[in-house]
Amino acid sequence: MTRPERVIGNLNRALHKLLDDDPRAYVVGEDIADPYGGAFKATRGLSDRHPERVISSPISEGGIVGVAAGLALTGNHPVVEMMFSDFAALAFDQLLNFASKSVSMYGRTVAMGMVVRCPTGGNRGYGPTHSQSLQKHFIGIPALSLHEMSPFHDNADVLTAMLSREQPCMLFEDKTLYTRGMHQGGVVDDLFRYELLDDPSRTARVFPVDCGDPDWIILAPGGLTERAVAAMRTLLLEEEVTCELLVPSRLYPFTVEPLLETVSRARRICVAEDSAADGTWGEMLAQQLHQHLWRRLARPVLLLSAQPSVIPTAAHLEHAVLLQATALRRALTEASQ
Amino acid sequence: MASAAPHLIGGTTTATVPPARTGAEPLSLLPAEDLDTLLMIRHFELAVLELFSQGLLHGTTHTCLGQEYIPVALYALLDEGDYIFSNHRGHGHYLARFRDPHGLLAEIMGREGAVCHGVGGSQHIYRDRYLSTGVQGESLPVAAGVALHLRRAEPGRIAVVHIGDGTWGEGAVYEALNMAQLWRLPLLVVVENNKIAQSTPTERQMAGTIQARAAAFGIRYHHVTSHDVVQVRRELSDAIADIRTRPQPLVVEFSTHRVGPHSKGDDSRPAEVVRHAAARDWYHRYGERHPEQFAVADRNQRLAMAEVVREVQARPASRWEHS
Ligand SMILES: Cc1ncc(C[n+]2csc(CCOP(=O)(O)OP(=O)(O)O)c2C)c(N)n1
Ligand SMILES: [Mg+2]
Repeated sequence: MTRPERVIGNLNRALHKLLDDDPRAYVVGEDIADPYGGAFKATRGLSDRHPERVISSPISEGGIVGVAAGLALTGNHPVVEMMFSDFAALAFDQLLNFASKSVSMYGRTVAMGMVVRCPTGGNRGYGPTHSQSLQKHFIGIPALSLHEMSPFHDNADVLTAMLSREQPCMLFEDKTLYTRGMHQGGVVDDLFRYELLDDPSRTARVFPVDCGDPDWIILAPGGLTERAVAAMRTLLLEEEVTCELLVPSRLYPFTVEPLLETVSRARRICVAEDSAADGTWGEMLAQQLHQHLWRRLARPVLLLSAQPSVIPTAAHLEHAVLLQATALRRALTEASQ
Repeated sequence: MASAAPHLIGGTTTATVPPARTGAEPLSLLPAEDLDTLLMIRHFELAVLELFSQGLLHGTTHTCLGQEYIPVALYALLDEGDYIFSNHRGHGHYLARFRDPHGLLAEIMGREGAVCHGVGGSQHIYRDRYLSTGVQGESLPVAAGVALHLRRAEPGRIAVVHIGDGTWGEGAVYEALNMAQLWRLPLLVVVENNKIAQSTPTERQMAGTIQARAAAFGIRYHHVTSHDVVQVRRELSDAIADIRTRPQPLVVEFSTHRVGPHSKGDDSRPAEVVRHAAARDWYHRYGERHPEQFAVADRNQRLAMAEVVREVQARPASRWEHS
């Protein structure tokens, strides 16, 4: 059996395909040129092949997102890499006040197809300024949509979906995923299968082989996949608690309505995420779920986030702050009683 | 090259050319078209202030009184395919490019026929290749991105971005200058140095000089002290032609004067500073120098603007189909 493609390879292939197929595509970012190929190697080989449209930039996050907005304004499809998603904070003005607003503030719809890629999240020991999950800070901005990489969603499809919105998009890429394998052919492992639903968020549904209605539905962004599946596995094997996992590709805008039939099959719902607690994506989902399923649920939506804390560097401290598979499992066990 | 024969949109470059002079020189006689544009802008701005004082406008606005000659002079050197990025003080830029006081006033008043349906208002306008926005410095990196596109897709065309002296406090300016010079982008940065930012005199907000800052990036710089439309064009035409054929950024600093308030009634400058600015105002200087031409043109534009105000004010409210 051939080894599955790694997520970073899939992403790299998606960027190659974009530049090959779309003459208006650009890739811009810090240290992205060959032979270095980007801090996480997502851009390897791009500049050798497309030297004019792959632009290695100065350390200038606000500047390059502004440049991307200018390229988008003139009909191009730029993809910008933030070396670490934490630095998207430096581009917040361009995203909030220029790129997203330009879609509507001139009284007519202005096409602004652009993507800001954000290597995200912790568990790699990079410390407080290189490990955050900043999704929550970008939620609720009109015409800015947020997507998250997952091992179920082919990155070429995700890039196409984002650019076809003709609005600025952010792609959050959990850094721990890069070295993992992409899932293919509907199989996760011996116990779990998956399918892609055709709701607007292109949600992946992960479910145990041979299972009716599950005890739990877990909703989580792509970065949590591995931890969620690990918790689901233990729960199934050790406690006979069955869980399904829903991983939307698009986190925002998000509406739970197209998924109601799927989620209402369980009487317990959990939303898990890696953002520091409070004011999060999970809270937005929980609110929507309560709105629709209040009477059917056995208990309020279980919301699991990282601690409301900076993310420490030392492995044991970092481990305790971020949401881990064990904590996820423990919380689900307790809430199953 | 795409712009081998640029269509001049701000008037003509052919007029009697006087010798180089400073801000106090007698102003050259202008073709009627240029004088009319200058006066259209002047009377537009006066009308806006008047409407505000009558409580007929909502929100805020920044007039370019005293600075009208900058876009009128400059845009004769531009092509319709060049991009213009304007800022908060952009009525003169818009009118010099489009000569459309109805659309602009309707935008400011939220009336039918507004350029952006009343969503953008005074500071946020997008039409063809003209765009303004209200966050200081933000548009420089965007203009650099547009220049990057033009360099590749439409060689010969340039992106022009207007900023004030105070906006040199923003980091985005330097990020953009760095990339523009590094990547040789055809970006013209027009600095309208009116020696004040809102209430803060330049010497209280800027260390060093704009010239030295441009030099630090190795970017070409030109200082314009003249308020004479003909002279300004003469000084800049070669430099602008050059960045079309040999793409690179250029910083042009205009020493100019803000004759009016920052926005509406908020002028906190000492009386003698305001008097000094008023004494340099091209409007009176031109009128004294060329009284006959001026009197007729001034009267015509004043009357025309009164008609614009009356007509636009009578229009129904603008509508916005929000998606
Ligand atoms: C980022 C940002 N900060 C503050 C303001 C508020 N503001 C609007 S105009 C202005 C002064 C700008 O001064 P300058 O660049 O010299 O232009 P001028 O008004 O003199 O034309 C300020 C502070 C703003 N619009 N954007
Ligand atoms: Mg100023």
